[in-house]
Amino acid sequence: MSKPYLSIERLTQQFPDGQGGTMTVFENASFGIEKGEFVCILGHSGCGKSTIMNILAGLAEPTSGVVKMDGFGVSGPSLDRGVVFQNYSLLPWLSALKNVIFGVKARYPKWSRARVEEHARQYLAMVGLEGDVVHRKPSQLSGGMRQRVSIARAFANHPKLLLLDEPFGALDALTRGTIQDELLKIWGGTEQTVFMITHDIDEAILLADRILLMTNGPFARVAESVEITIPRPRDRTSIIEHPNYYAIRNHLVQFLGKRSKELSGKPSEGQDQRPETVRIDLTAKEDSQPDPDSDGAPRRLRAVND
Amino acid sequence: MPSVTLSLNQRAALLSIVMLVVGLLIWEAAIPAQKAATELTEYERLMGLGEARAGVPPPSQVIAKAWEQLSNPFYDAGPNDKGIGIQIGYSIYRVLSGYLMAALVAIPLGFLIGMSPVAYKALNPFIQVLRPISPLAWMPLALFIIQDSEASAIFVIFICSIWPMLINTAFGVAGVRADWVNVARTHELGAFRTAFTVILPAAAPTIITGMRISIGIAWLVIVAAEMLVGGTGIGYYVWNEWNNLDLTSVIFSILMIGVVGMMLDSAFGLLQRTVAYVE
Ligand SMILES: Nc1ncnc2c1ncn2[C@@H]1O[C@H](COP(=O)(O)OP(=O)(O)O)[C@@H](O)[C@H]1O
Ligand SMILES: [Mg+2]
Repeated sequence: MSKPYLSIERLTQQFPDGQGGTMTVFENASFGIEKGEFVCILGHSGCGKSTIMNILAGLAEPTSGVVKMDGFGVSGPSLDRGVVFQNYSLLPWLSALKNVIFGVKARYPKWSRARVEEHARQYLAMVGLEGDVVHRKPSQLSGGMRQRVSIARAFANHPKLLLLDEPFGALDALTRGTIQDELLKIWGGTEQTVFMITHDIDEAILLADRILLMTNGPFARVAESVEITIPRPRDRTSIIEHPNYYAIRNHLVQFLGKRSKELSGKPSEGQDQRPETVRIDLTAKEDSQPDPDSDGAPRRLRAVND
Repeated sequence: MPSVTLSLNQRAALLSIVMLVVGLLIWEAAIPAQKAATELTEYERLMGLGEARAGVPPPSQVIAKAWEQLSNPFYDAGPNDKGIGIQIGYSIYRVLSGYLMAALVAIPLGFLIGMSPVAYKALNPFIQVLRPISPLAWMPLALFIIQDSEASAIFVIFICSIWPMLINTAFGVAGVRADWVNVARTHELGAFRTAFTVILPAAAPTIITGMRISIGIAWLVIVAAEMLVGGTGIGYYVWNEWNNLDLTSVIFSILMIGVVGMMLDSAFGLLQRTVAYVE
């Protein structure tokens, strides 16, 4: 069986627990992401989402395990893996435009000044930042505008994998909605693979092809991989009318509310911890086996990505 | 009468002028125009301070002196009679040479200390012992080793300016947000590009603050150092005029020390504003 584009194999992370022992955040976590896929990871605060992302970015080393992208082991940060951090990822002494130029210059050192600037402006325009506003410093921009600049900087660099750590966590709901739409628009026009952390269920359903669900830590697991069986293009108003929407949403709420706790705290005992694939699709009912629960409870197909 | 509304700055400036004028008037009035010899105290008579110039001069005299000096600041009539401009020039030259050498040592070293916890721990005891030493305490040793009074004065400036710059640079560099360094890392910037395009601008406000403190200290110390080593410079000039019992010149040069110090400080203030950023 061919390996996925991004393959996380038996990843283990331990930290000192502050009392002389060790605390295992997750153990033998294994999962894959396909090229061009948009994957969101959902889980309670402190379960280890950022830890996974920092390892994927190459900013942190796992205790054990490997991450392979395109067949090559990941070690250290790289321009192929762009990162949008939740906060403070813009350099405050540079204007919005210069922040994007900073990234483009690093990615394309041979380009002329004019070409770099042109490219940077083009990506700022894609997130709706044009005119004088691009010359403002981050401190003079609203939170939403700042995060738009970060997204423009990340996309302008054409990374093979884009990592987003709760990019909209600090924004109000309205701004969040607009930027989610912009993100979808830019992503739609690329072959970009995206891995995004969020704690917002609706955001995850709107954006993702697949949602990874993480149990609480310590010994957290990426327990399930839920396919979002809602066709694209999606938009926030019509998506809620899709028959699968509430079924998927209920499943996610159930998981975060109950099972994330029930499944937590169990050491792996040397086993690979792979997520179980969950596919909820009420529209495809007729051509499948009769479903015992007609109220839209999930139907499980095991080990699809083994 | 129409009521006039003045801005805060205008009111403050007006108040400053009023305070200056009142202060000068009180000073002027407090000093009798001419003391008769009979009114001299026992001490003054013993010290032979009979002449009119022995008293504290009134401001009018100081202003006249300032006019005279500033209209020809660069005259040179032998070792003991040079214009105020030349004397200040010597002092600034010494301050800047010692200061620049200190910056060349302190800023790179501060970078190293700020980036490496080991270097910080290793150098900290030396810094803690050397820093509280009064810069003038180095003078005898400097004179003995360097054997040159000019260079010794510059050395004293060097040693006193180094600490604030070193400590602030280290502090600023160590305090750069990990997120910004991570931005450099995810963009695959090398060590030098990271240092110049991320760490330096991030730490610049703290570094410039250290440089501003240093230049202030250096200007304080140069006056004392020049009183010791003599020859030229504003510190020597003050001491020399005291020996000449020309208090008018002493007061005038004290004011000049203040004005030059203020100008050095505001130059760094300007620099500080250009590198400042809001998070
Ligand atoms: N550098 C570190 N040292 C010790 N513990 C850490 C470190 N980084 C994260 N942790 C711990 O690992 C766990 C997971 O953290 P994190 O990945 O930030 O969670 P999340 O992003 O899911 O909220 C938390 O319990 C946190 O306290
Ligand atoms: Mg986190």
